[in-house]
Parts: sequence; C-alpha cells; structure tokens
Amino acid sequence: MSAAARSTILTAGAIAVLFAAPAAAEWRPSKPIEFVATAGPGGGTDNLARTVQSIIVKYKLTDQPVVVVNKGGGSGAEGYTYAKASAGDPYRVIFGTSNAWQQPMVSRVAFKHTDLTPIAAMAQDEFLLWVKQDAPYKSVGEYLKAAAAKPGEFKMGGAQSKDTDEVLTRMIEKAANVKLTYIPFKSGAETAVQLAGGHIDSHVNNPNESLGQWRGGTQRPLCAFSPQRLPKGPNVTATQGWHDIPTCVESGLNIPQFQQPRTVWLPGKVTADQLAFYVDLMRKVQNTPEWKEYIERTSQTDTFLTGAEFEKFMNEDIEHVRKIAAEQGWLVN
Amino acid sequence: MDNVESLLHGFTIAITLPHLALMLVGVLLGILVGVLPGLGAPNGVSLLLPLTFGMQPVSAIILLSSMYWGALFGGSVTSILFNIPGEPSSVATTFDGYPMARDGRATTALATAFGSAAFGALVGVVLITFLAAWVAQVALAFGPPEYFAVYFLAFASFVGMGGAPPPKTVVSLAAGFAIAAIGIDTVSGSVRLTMGIDELVKGISFVVAVMGLFGIGELLLAVEEEVQAKAVSSRIDWREVFRTLLDLPRHGWALLRSAAIGCWMGITPGGPTAASFMSYGIAKRFSPRSARFGQGEAEGIISPETADHAAGTSALLPMLSLGIPGSATAAVMMGGLMIWGLNPGPMLFIEQKDFVWGLIASMYVGNIVAVVLVLLTVPIFAALMRIPFFIIAPLIFIICTVGAYSVSNSYLDVVLMLGFGIVGYLFKKLSYPLAPLVLAIVIGDKAEDAFRQAMLMSKGSLAIFFSNALVTTLVLAGIALLLLPLVLQVAHMHTTTKPVLD
Repeated sequence: MSAAARSTILTAGAIAVLFAAPAAAEWRPSKPIEFVATAGPGGGTDNLARTVQSIIVKYKLTDQPVVVVNKGGGSGAEGYTYAKASAGDPYRVIFGTSNAWQQPMVSRVAFKHTDLTPIAAMAQDEFLLWVKQDAPYKSVGEYLKAAAAKPGEFKMGGAQSKDTDEVLTRMIEKAANVKLTYIPFKSGAETAVQLAGGHIDSHVNNPNESLGQWRGGTQRPLCAFSPQRLPKGPNVTATQGWHDIPTCVESGLNIPQFQQPRTVWLPGKVTADQLAFYVDLMRKVQNTPEWKEYIERTSQTDTFLTGAEFEKFMNEDIEHVRKIAAEQGWLVN
Repeated sequence: MDNVESLLHGFTIAITLPHLALMLVGVLLGILVGVLPGLGAPNGVSLLLPLTFGMQPVSAIILLSSMYWGALFGGSVTSILFNIPGEPSSVATTFDGYPMARDGRATTALATAFGSAAFGALVGVVLITFLAAWVAQVALAFGPPEYFAVYFLAFASFVGMGGAPPPKTVVSLAAGFAIAAIGIDTVSGSVRLTMGIDELVKGISFVVAVMGLFGIGELLLAVEEEVQAKAVSSRIDWREVFRTLLDLPRHGWALLRSAAIGCWMGITPGGPTAASFMSYGIAKRFSPRSARFGQGEAEGIISPETADHAAGTSALLPMLSLGIPGSATAAVMMGGLMIWGLNPGPMLFIEQKDFVWGLIASMYVGNIVAVVLVLLTVPIFAALMRIPFFIIAPLIFIICTVGAYSVSNSYLDVVLMLGFGIVGYLFKKLSYPLAPLVLAIVIGDKAEDAFRQAMLMSKGSLAIFFSNALVTTLVLAGIALLLLPLVLQVAHMHTTTKPVLD
C-alpha cells in the first residue's frame, strides 16, 4: 500500500473516532440486521458471529432481529465482495479475520480492506505448534532438529493457502532455518484430523480448533506463539492445561508473537453515527459474562481495538505480512 | 454389551413427551424446507439454530437432527415429481423417479423412495450404535491420497458404466470440472475462471446448476414436445403405498448393497452425494434389469435413496467423534454444538454420554417419525401431478427462480440458473449425459484438492497412490470399474445399442 493510501485510512479512522463519541445515541436500526460470516458454518468466524448474535438476543441489546448468513465462498472473498457491493448499507455487519487485508495482497480478489468500514477487532486468537501424540519430539528444539535433518520432508498442514497458517509456517522456516512442505486444507478442523491420522507431521492450529483432539489424546501442542504463556485455566488433559505449554521463545523458536484478530466491519460509506452505534453495541456485547465465557472456552485473548488503535494494528500487520509475501513471491499488486 | 446398555439409556432420554414433540416439529419443518428447493437442509437448520440457544444441548440436537431427517426425505419429493433435486444427494433419484412419476406411478415412486430411504437410515444408525469406535479409527486412515482414491472410485463406478458414447461422457465430465474450478483455489489461493465477474469468486453453487440443468431444462423440453400438455392421471390410492412397501423386500439384495455403499461412503467420508451416484452406477451395471434403468425402474430409485440416507446418517459419526462434518448440514450442527458448549471430538463419547446416546437413540425414533409422516403425505404430493401442465409449468419456473435466488440472495445466481437451463436442454437434445456433469460439479473440486495435496506430499510422484494397502485397493478397484466396459465390449463384439443415461 502506498504511503498516501495509508494516511487516508488513518485520517478516515481519526475522523470516525472524532465523531463517534458525541453521536453515539443518534442512530438506531429500524429493520433487521444481517451478520455476514465470511466463513462456512462451524469455524471460528462463524462461531464468533453466532455468539455475538446469541448475546444480543439474550440481553435485547437492539430491538431489531439479527440473522447470521454464511458467505464463506472463495476463502471469505464472497463475504467481503458482498460487503463492498453493499456500500452505504448499515444493516450488514461483516465478521472476518485479518484476511480482510491479507487476501487482497496475495490473490486477485475484487475488494480491498479500504472498501470496508472497520468497527473493531474483538478478540485475538492464539496459535500453537502441534504434533501427533506419539511423535518422538518432546520440545520444539527436538522437532526443529529433526526437521532440519530432512529438509523439505516434514509436512506442515494448515487452513487455506497464503493465509495466516502459511505465513506462520514461512516465519518458522526463516526463524529456525528449516525447510517444510506446506499442505493447505479447507479448514483447521480438517487439518487436525489429518494430523491425528498421521498424514502430516505438524500444524499451527488455534487452541479451539484442536482442543477436542488434545483432550482425546491424538495430538499435543509443543509451544505457543505468544509473548507470555496462555492464561491459567482448568486442565485440558489429565495433567496439563494451556498454561503448562511453554512459549515458543522460551523453548528456542524466536517468534515472540503471532495472533489472528477477529475483525468486525460495516460496508463502506456508512455515516459516523451508524458506525458509533455498532462500536457501542459490540462494546456492550463484550461486557457480558457470556462473552467472557466464550473467550475462555475458545482460549482467545480478549481485546477491543477500535478507531485509530485498530488502524495502527492493521497497518503494522499489513507491513509485516507484505514483507513475507514479497519474499515468497505471493504479491499480486 | 456396553453399547446396548448406553443405547437403552439413550432411549429413556429420547422418548419423553417434550422430545417427541420436538421431533414432530423438526420433521415437519424439515419436510417443508426439503420440498422447497434452494432452501434446503443446511439453510433450514441454520435458520432454526438461534431458537436452540436457550435449550438443553440434547433437546437442541434432537430438534435440529429431526429437521435434517425431514429435509432428507422431503428433498426426494421434488426430484421425483418435477425433476428438480432439492439436495445434491437426490440428483440420482431423478433418473428413475421422474420417469416413473410421469408414467402415472407417482405414488409408487414416492413410497419406494421413502421406504428404501428409511431402510438406509436405519442401517446407518445401527452401524453408528455398534461400530462407533471402530468407524472413527477407519476415518483417520484417510489422508489426501485416500480421499482422492475414493472420489476416483465414485467417478469410475459411474462413468465407466456407459450408455452414452465415451467421448460424450468425457465432454460432459470436463465441462463439470471446469465449472467446479471457478472461484478461489484452495491449494494455490488464487482466483480462477471468474471471467471478470467479481461475484463468481464464491464459485458456482450446486443448487443453482442443478435447478437449471434439471428443472428448467426439463421444462423447456416439455414445452417443445408438448407431451405434458395434459395432466398425468396419477392414481391416488392408500393401498398402493402399502403394497409398494410390502414389495420392497423383493429388492433385498439391492437394498443391502446400497446400504453398504452408503455407509462406506458416509464414513470414509465421500459423503451422501458420491454415495448415491456410486450406488446408482453400480446398480445399473450389475442389476439383471439394467436395460430398464432410466425409464422408471424401482431399483433405480431404491439404490440412490438407500445409499443417500445410509451415508447421510453415518456422516454424523465423523462429526461427533472427529469434529469433521460429513455434510453441509452436519457442519451447521457442529457450529451449534460449540455454541451449546460442547466440543466435538474424541472425548465427546466419554464426557457427554447422555448427549451422544440421547442423540443416537433419537436417530432411531426420529427416522421412524419422519418416515411415517412422510408416507402420510404421499397422496397429497402425488395429487400435485394431477395439476395441468399449464399451471404447473409457471410454478416450476417460480420455484427454480426463487430457489436459485435464495441460495445467497444474488441475482447473478438466477441468471446462471437460467443459463444452466439452456445447457440442460441442449445436452438432452444432443444426447449428452447430464449425470457426469453434475457429479463433476459436486465433487470435482474436492477430488482436485485431494489430488494436489497428495502431489505436494509426494513431491509429484504418482507412487503415493500405491503406497499402502488401503489406497492401492481403492485405486485398483476404480481402474477395474473403468476398464470393465471395455472388457465387456471386447467380450461381445456385437453389442446392441444401450440406452443413454441421463
């Protein structure tokens, strides 16, 4: 992205924030609201949209009905393209991830993230490195040593191509100086089953995508890509919980942080008070016990980035991913 | 046996007044969304999902799965009466169901379909009850090469069977693969074949293609031939329903074979659509009555319906035990599972015994409720055939248009659907088989993904398809099915002309 374009976003964000506070009470929805999940049913994005829906319904946070529709075709591009075509319509809320800005970098889709109006990044999903339960490696060090001994032989599975999972895989290759073969599958759930069956050697699923498999004793995490250990909680297996898993840095793989933001958007060209209504709505959702329970159950990190903060986060991520995409020759524009 | 005890406990949960009432409501709603094409089971279940947020998980899943059974049954109705498959898995039912209904035997066709579907579903549930642990292990053995081999087997069993001249089959298949390739490619992440139409990035929905190819295509033919200008005088007779059901055991071998194919494809997980096609293909090849296939042969209805429901039922097992949904509807239900606070996966069977066995017990009861209800509706649906063509034709047109639009609220889909209608008409006029085209649209991209994933794993070596006993057996079986017609042709050099499969 050019410097000019970036500063335009920043300005737009700043204006939105400026106008947001005083206008908060002015706009109210007067017809049903559509939540667009940019993923198929069952995955993390769908889960978020439906959780927010269930909280809004339970606390009657708006008197209008809320429906969730799935537009997950084209790895989410269907939903974003739909949002672009809905410019000016404040009754469509789009739920996605960082692929809102990553996908246009690496494939020729019809939208850019600047076609959308950011509401907030509501949670950060964590990443871990997983191996099969009976794999011989007890630590990341052992895993990387074995991978280095057989360059290109280790199979890393992940959801989609040139998306977060593959970006992280390439980061691991670089940080540890190894060569892995990346195999893209449709979803994290599918990838987890492939690891359980021993068809791949490892994957980098989110906690929630492999929770059931860890408890069931088919696979286990080696390390978490986060600056400190994941929060304490009830044990997942008989002996271990998320907090017992070392961070990747403390076990010698120097990737201090890699997270996937869960992002919420409106179409472009909506007014500042319409945006303010939804920012306020999502804030209310976040202050419920059900939300806390959702965050804990899915082992995500609770955040609420909006306005300039969200823009800053986005721009840093864009710069970072752009560098990796350029190295891999993925960039399309 | 441990499982029997658990199942009996499950029945005490499933057979309570509120749960039976939920089943009734679920099945009725399911029949409704199944009959209306475009709405379909996945959409119906996802519309109902928010209502279940406040329920006990076991009540919620009973409601949703009952709706699923209802929709599976309902999906066959429009396939048989109007040649419009409501679900991908009921396409193969049109091949013989529609000709039979047009013959004035709509009651027989519907009762045959429902009866064999119920049989398939029950075999699937029994399998889940007794072999749950073993089945979960089998599914784990399937990596990309094995997946590809299963799809290859499905193609081979259907394509090699012939009828149409092989070059025409190949053309039809190739067109299907091209359509399946539209949109984002999983393996490379790049956009393919959207021809400058941004919206095509989502790919072409199966429902849109099929409603055009079958519904509108048939309509155009009928208008041209005027064969349907007068209503079909279908006999409506309750006794016919019972007679058909009592007659079903005569097809015992076909029922068992189709149920076996269905269970196998549901577990492996090729899915209900591949199962119904494969079952039809194999029945057509090995049935003594194979010459009558395509003209309203009962076995041509029994085979796909039994396999479809056996697969649809056993597809719930991988969802519960592994967390991989075997069908689109199962995927929606899995989303529900997570919102109710359950984690699908190996531990579900151990930690949530009440939920799992309550659900399995409700599958027995729910399917029985569904088949009774749906058999009661047979005369009503059969009576639809009495409506004169000049009234029913615009109705079919409206159903297809609304159905295509409601897939993702898009006008482009309506235009595409009409385009597919013209393609369907041309295919029929030129005697190109439609079935390979549809099969390639539905499982073409999955087969492609699996093949390319396998190639990534093996660094381009085809030897991966012969790397273990399982994949080798599957591939060899596929090749054998492909070569069989050639061998047979050589055996009797002077074959008589075979009917075109369409």
